[in-house]
Order: sequence, then structure tokens, then C-alpha cells
Amino acid sequence: MLVSNVKRWLTALAGLALSVSTGGAAAEWGLNLRRGVTPISQQAYDLHMLILWICVAIGVVVFGAMFISIIKHRKSKGAKPATFHESTTVEIIWTIVPFLILIGMAIPATKALIAMENTSNPDLTIKVTGYQWKWGYDYLDDGVSFMSTLTTPKEQILDQQEKGENYLLEVDNPVVIPVNKKVRLLITANDVIHAWWVPDFGMKKDAIPGFVNDMWIKADTEGTYRGQCAELCGKDHGFMPIVVEVKNEADYQQWLVAQKAAMEADAAGADREWSMAELMERGEKVYNTNCLACHQANGEGVPGAFPGLKGSALTTGPANAHLQIVMDGKPGTAMAAFGGQLSDIDLAAVVTFERNSWGNDLGDLVQPSEVKAAR
Amino acid sequence: MSTATTHDTHHEEHPSGLLRWVFTTNHKDIGTLYLIFALAMFFIGGAMAMIIRAELFQPGLQFVDPQFFNSMTTMHALIMVFGAVMPAFVGLANWLVPMMIGAPDMALPRMNNWSFWILPFAGIMLLGTLFMEGGAPAAGWTMYPPLVLQTGNAFPFLIFSVHLLGISSIMGAINIIVTIVNMRAPGMTMMKMPLFVWTWLITAYLLIAVMPVFAGAVTMLLTDQFFGTSFFNAAGGGDPVMYQHIFWFFGHPEVYIMILPAFGVVSQIIPTFARKRLFGYSSMVYATASIAFLSFIVWAHHMFTVGLPLTGELYFMYATMLIAVPTGVKVFNWVSTMWKGSMTFETPMLFALGFVVLFTIGGFSGLMMAITPVDFQYHDTYFIVAHFHYVLVSGSVFSIFAAAYYWLPKWTGNMYDEKLGKLHFWLSAIFVNILFFPQHFLGLAGMPRRIPDYSIQFTEFNQMSSLGGFAFGLTQLLFVYIVIKTVRGGSKATEKVWEGAEGLEWTLPSPPPYHSFTTAPEVK
Repeated sequence: MLVSNVKRWLTALAGLALSVSTGGAAAEWGLNLRRGVTPISQQAYDLHMLILWICVAIGVVVFGAMFISIIKHRKSKGAKPATFHESTTVEIIWTIVPFLILIGMAIPATKALIAMENTSNPDLTIKVTGYQWKWGYDYLDDGVSFMSTLTTPKEQILDQQEKGENYLLEVDNPVVIPVNKKVRLLITANDVIHAWWVPDFGMKKDAIPGFVNDMWIKADTEGTYRGQCAELCGKDHGFMPIVVEVKNEADYQQWLVAQKAAMEADAAGADREWSMAELMERGEKVYNTNCLACHQANGEGVPGAFPGLKGSALTTGPANAHLQIVMDGKPGTAMAAFGGQLSDIDLAAVVTFERNSWGNDLGDLVQPSEVKAAR
Repeated sequence: MSTATTHDTHHEEHPSGLLRWVFTTNHKDIGTLYLIFALAMFFIGGAMAMIIRAELFQPGLQFVDPQFFNSMTTMHALIMVFGAVMPAFVGLANWLVPMMIGAPDMALPRMNNWSFWILPFAGIMLLGTLFMEGGAPAAGWTMYPPLVLQTGNAFPFLIFSVHLLGISSIMGAINIIVTIVNMRAPGMTMMKMPLFVWTWLITAYLLIAVMPVFAGAVTMLLTDQFFGTSFFNAAGGGDPVMYQHIFWFFGHPEVYIMILPAFGVVSQIIPTFARKRLFGYSSMVYATASIAFLSFIVWAHHMFTVGLPLTGELYFMYATMLIAVPTGVKVFNWVSTMWKGSMTFETPMLFALGFVVLFTIGGFSGLMMAITPVDFQYHDTYFIVAHFHYVLVSGSVFSIFAAAYYWLPKWTGNMYDEKLGKLHFWLSAIFVNILFFPQHFLGLAGMPRRIPDYSIQFTEFNQMSSLGGFAFGLTQLLFVYIVIKTVRGGSKATEKVWEGAEGLEWTLPSPPPYHSFTTAPEVK
């Protein structure tokens, strides 16, 4: 363990030295900003490098003067103090020169900013909604919508299992967008403020409940890009990643068709009668992605923070009241309203699951049709 | 000017023992109380930082659960800002302002006592939230709604402790302003005041201007939570972003409240050890005033990603970039003061030089994040964390260490152990860079701030940072040892202490008499 750590450290340090000497290897070693795959990210990268080098140059001059002075003008070398002070000319020079440098920075920055904020004429619009702690996506033009949740197993997070390559950066349903198309994102949130950020796209935007922000992406390379929520949003802020797959037009269309088919199958399923076993199986999945973070795998919650569901008055009381809380949430707490997030089947399944797990054995089940009626 | 050594005795009926500290109205006693309080909070806040760095040593969750981790980042920031850095500077002001302007004491001594004694209660209330149902506040020190409204029982205690800390700061600031304006020795015009006094005068005005704004913002949170208002709730016609505007209208001046007195300290120390006058006294004063003014009109650069209109983003970008001008003037002045001086490198000078270099690095990253189109990438990443720790730890905290070593011989009458002091500096300077420099890389590579666990690509730099952090934390115990050793004894300090020292405080004996100047000195 220690040896491998030392090795990785040396690699990182070597990367550091390399990037200083060549400036080129930086990206590979995760030292520098990513160039990314959109016009925005590339402009941001170029600006970043420009300002960085200006700062380095100013640093060399200022620290250079300081260190020359520290080395030469020291008492131990017999330096006698000069008496000069106050020079209006010098003061004016070192006010004007930085000001001019700033103007030099501001011009390209202004150009870049204007381009970034131009979200007009998109080819495609996707609504992004932040939830505690997952993302919801609605393809406004095609009627496709889904939730995107972390898939890294709890065992990996708790060090009981080797961590995978995309540890904490993997989700069940990635966003799919076509390559070389201007995609406009409408960003909002359902509970608290989140921020949608994929470094390779060069921009992040806050997702604010009650407000809609927008940004645009035009990815020029197919591939999978990963990011994370960038605004503190509570307990599992670090566990709501973003995965975007950029596909060519044909693959994108194919994906769209498959999504629509799946949604139709779901809608059809909502009208039929579901068996206990079916609901329990589906309910466990829904519970694990939506409820487990707070109410825990054993249904006991976290004392003082999140109430337990095992043997609680709610989960062993009337099914209607139970369903109502799941659908409408509990204002003033972290309990979100899942009515808008989950389908009729999922809601029916998770309520059924909660009423028949961890020793709760009411034996009753909630049908998707009942959920539909309760809406 | 040694007339100050005699003073009439009937003022001396102050209680002894513990009650001396409870009832004291003496600026030195209160200054000492502030400094001890700040040091204690520095270690409590530091212990929280150690928990954060331990959890971040490797990917996965090892020590704490994510909610507690968020509590740690929140409490660490609140305690360091309001418990350590601000009280430390108020403590320095208490000790030094009367001695520097030739006054016997602060203008409002009873209020001085009160403004200190509010602090321990506010601090205990804040720390007490750690043991409450629902845990300590975990929504970040910025307390953004709606998240902060999910705080458990700790919520009202958080708000009230912020109110108390604000009241204490405002009273301290009023006292400092009244003292500086009314109690200067004859002949000490405004433009003859030492720079530490100038920077604190300006800081005090900032405090009075913005602490009430902060109190207002948190009060609105309180009524949103308990009395059904919807100031920050979109569903009720409010606006969560409005909180951020109000908070940062306080918050940006607040960060300058923590750095302007540091500028003052460094501007006192560098001329002393360069044995050369400060290059541009008046431009330093004007630069400080400009920075203070600009601090009021740049707040939204903390909020570039909330969806400001383009014109708003452009304005806040330009205004923020402007801050580089007066800040540059300051750095250039310090370097010009050293140029062709006759420098020696005692511990206070080392910390001051460390300040100039490392604060400037923090300034560079600040300039980088002023550029809005790139800040979209930097925002809320470890790049920001690296930036503000460079200006706050190797900036403000280094200046506080510099001040402590510089004036400790004056305060105690004993010289500190120079060898240990230098060791403290070198260990601090090395470890603070191992601690915070890799965080620049982490942020650029894409690690968001305030996360308890991270993807494996960030492992190496987090490990470096954590090890640097543990070593930096341990090093600070050395400081406590050095201070205790100096208070207990050591070679006697002269009146002037430092060969190149100038200013009224160096005309008093070391340690100075209980009432600093009972007869006002004449300043020519």
C-alpha cells in the first residue's frame, strides 16, 4: 500500500516537473484545466493560460526584485540603507501599467463571455432538474425524461470493495446528446440549489429552485464526459455525478427511439394489476436509488436527522397517508416530494416495499392505478 | 518621552485573580483576552480542518459520515473567520492602537469589556450546536437557503450566535474609530498615523457598514424558517439568489476586514527590518481606502454561476479586476521599501516576507478568477479553496504571527526564542505550501469543494495536501510553546526592541505601564 502510494506520488511529482518544463504534459496529469470539447471550454482554456502566464511574468518581476533585494541588500553584507521614499512618478507608473495589462485581459474575456452567454437558436433543448441527490432530464422536443442516479456501490464507498475506474463518476442513465449540435440546457432544481458541471464543456450553472437558468453545449468529439454537482446541496452533495454521452446523429436517434419505447411500456404497465412479488422487486430498486441515502438500507434512518421507516407509525398506518407523504414530501425537511419525480409504478412499488420490509409486514399492496387516482 | 512611566495610583484598584479578567476595562488586558480566545479558536477550528483532511486522505469514507463532514467544513470556516482571525486582529488593535497614537487606553473601556465578553458565549453557543439533534450547521459558512433551512435544532442557535458575533464586532469597531478620531497625541495628524492604525480605521468602518447587513440576512432566514415569511423562497414569491446578493454584500467587505489589518501589520514590520522608511506612505493609505471602496461594489463575483445577466457579469468582472491595481500598489511599495535597505531576518520579518510572497500568489489566483468566462470553470472547485487559504492562512494568519513575534517583546518585556521562532516560520512556510498548493491542481482537474469523497484521479494531490495539513497543524503547537516561554521569562527586551523600530509604542518601557500614555507625548 505504502509502496504503491509512494510510486503514485512520484508519478504525480514527475508530472509536475514535466509540466513546468514543457507546459504540454499538464493536462494528462490532472494538473491543469481541461481543454475540453466545446468552443466554450476551449476559449476558457486559452484565457486561463493567457492570464496564468501574465501572472507568472508579473510574479517573476516582483519576486525577482524582492529576492535580489533579500540577497544583496542585507545588513550582514554591509548594506547601508538608502533614504529614498515617495515618488509620485513611480506611483503613477505602477498604477497605469497594471491598469493597461488589465485592459489587455478584459478584451478577450469580454468576447468569450458574450459568446458563452449566447444561448439562442439551439438545435435541441434539455431541461435539467437538480434533486437531493440526483439529476432529472427532460428532452423538451422529444418528450423523453428520466432520472440519473449514482451507481457506484455502497461497498466501494465504504472501502469493502476495490474501487472501479469511474468511482463516484458513474450513473444509471447518462444524458445522451448528438455531436456538433448546439444543445441548450434549461437548468432548475426541485429542493435546494445545485450546480450542473461537466469540466469538458467549460461551464457550470447553478440549478435554483423556482428559477430557470440556461447554458449551451456544442461538443465536437464523441465520447463519455463526466462531471459532478458543484454547489453544496446537503449530505450526498459528493454523490450526484453527471455523465454525458456524446453520440453521432444516427446513434443518438436510435437511443431516442429506445427511450420512447421504454417510456411507453411503462405507461402501459401502469394500468394493469401488479403482483406483490413484482412490486417488491421493483420497489427495492426504487428504494435503493431514491430513499436509501437518508432512510438507510435497514430502514432505521439516522437518529436525529432522518426518521426510520422500520415499524414507524407512518409505514405501518393507513396506506393512503403513507403514499401521500411520499408523493408530496414533508415541507421544512429533507423529505422531497417524489410525486413529480417517480412514475405511478415506481411510487406504488416503493410504498409497497416500505410496508413489507425490515419486519414491516402489513401484507397490503398499492397498485399503480391507485397512485394514478391519488394524483 | 518616558513620562509615561509615572501614573497616579488611585486608578489601580482593579480586582486580582480571575475577576481581574472578567471586569477589566484595560486595553491591554482585553487585547490579551482577545488574542487568547483567538488562539483557542484557531486550534478548535484547526482540529476540524484535521478531520476534513483525514477524511480526504484517500477516496472512500473512512472516518466520518458525509453530513458530519459538511458540518466540519461549515464550522471550521465560521470558527476560523469569526472566532480566530477577526478576534485576533481586534486583539492586536486593542493592544496597539492606544500605544501607537499616544493614548492612555481605548476611548470606551466598558464597551470594550462587553464586546470581548460576548464572544465566549457566542462561541460556546456555536460549538454547542455540535451536540444538538440534527447535528451542527452543515450548509456552508455562507448559509445559502434553501439548504440552510434543512438544519436541525442547531438553526436558531446558529443565527443567534451570528447576531452576537456581529454585535461584538460592531462595538469593537465603534471603539476603535472613536479612539483613533479623538485620542491621538498632539501633533499626530491623520497622515502621520502608523499604517496599522490607518488600516484598522478603514477596517472598522467596513465592519460597521456590513455587519448589520449580515445580521439582516440571517434574520430573514430566521423568519423564513419560523414565522412563515418567504424572503428567500421562490414558491412564496421570494428569491433564493437575493440571499446570496445580501450575503456577499457583507461577505466581500468581510474578507477585506480580515486582510486590511494584515496589510497594516506588514507595513509596520518591513520598514523596521529593512531599516528604511516605507516607500510610499500616502499611496499606501490611498490604496487601502480604494480597496475598501471597491470591496462594496464587487460582491457578485462570488456568484458568477447563479445566472446573472450578461451586463451584470461584465460589470462585476471589470470592477473585480480593478482591485488588482491598488493591491499591486501595496505589493510594489513593500518591495520598494526593501530595495536598497539594510535587511535583517528576524522571525517577524520572515513572516512578513512570507506574507508578501504567498499573499501575492493568492492575489494572482484571485485575478484569474475575476475573469468571468474562466471562473465558470474555477467556481466552487478546490482552486477557490486554494485561493482563499493562500490569502487567509499564509496571508492573514501569517501576518498575525508576524505581529505576535514583533510586539511580544514589547508586551511581555521578554525576548522570544529567536531560534524556535525561525523554526516555526520555516516549518509553517513549507507545510502551508504542501497543504494548499496541490489544491490548485485538484481544482483545475475538476474536484468540487465541500465533498467528503472523490474519484480516484484526485488521490495523490489530496494525500500531499493532507500530510502538509497535519504537519502544518502540529507546527502551530510550537507557537504556543514559544509564547508561553516568552511570557514566563527570557532575556529582557529594551524599550525599542528592534534597531529599526519607529513609532510611539517603542518609546514606552517593555512591558508598557498599565495605562499606556498618562501624559500625551508630542509628535513632531
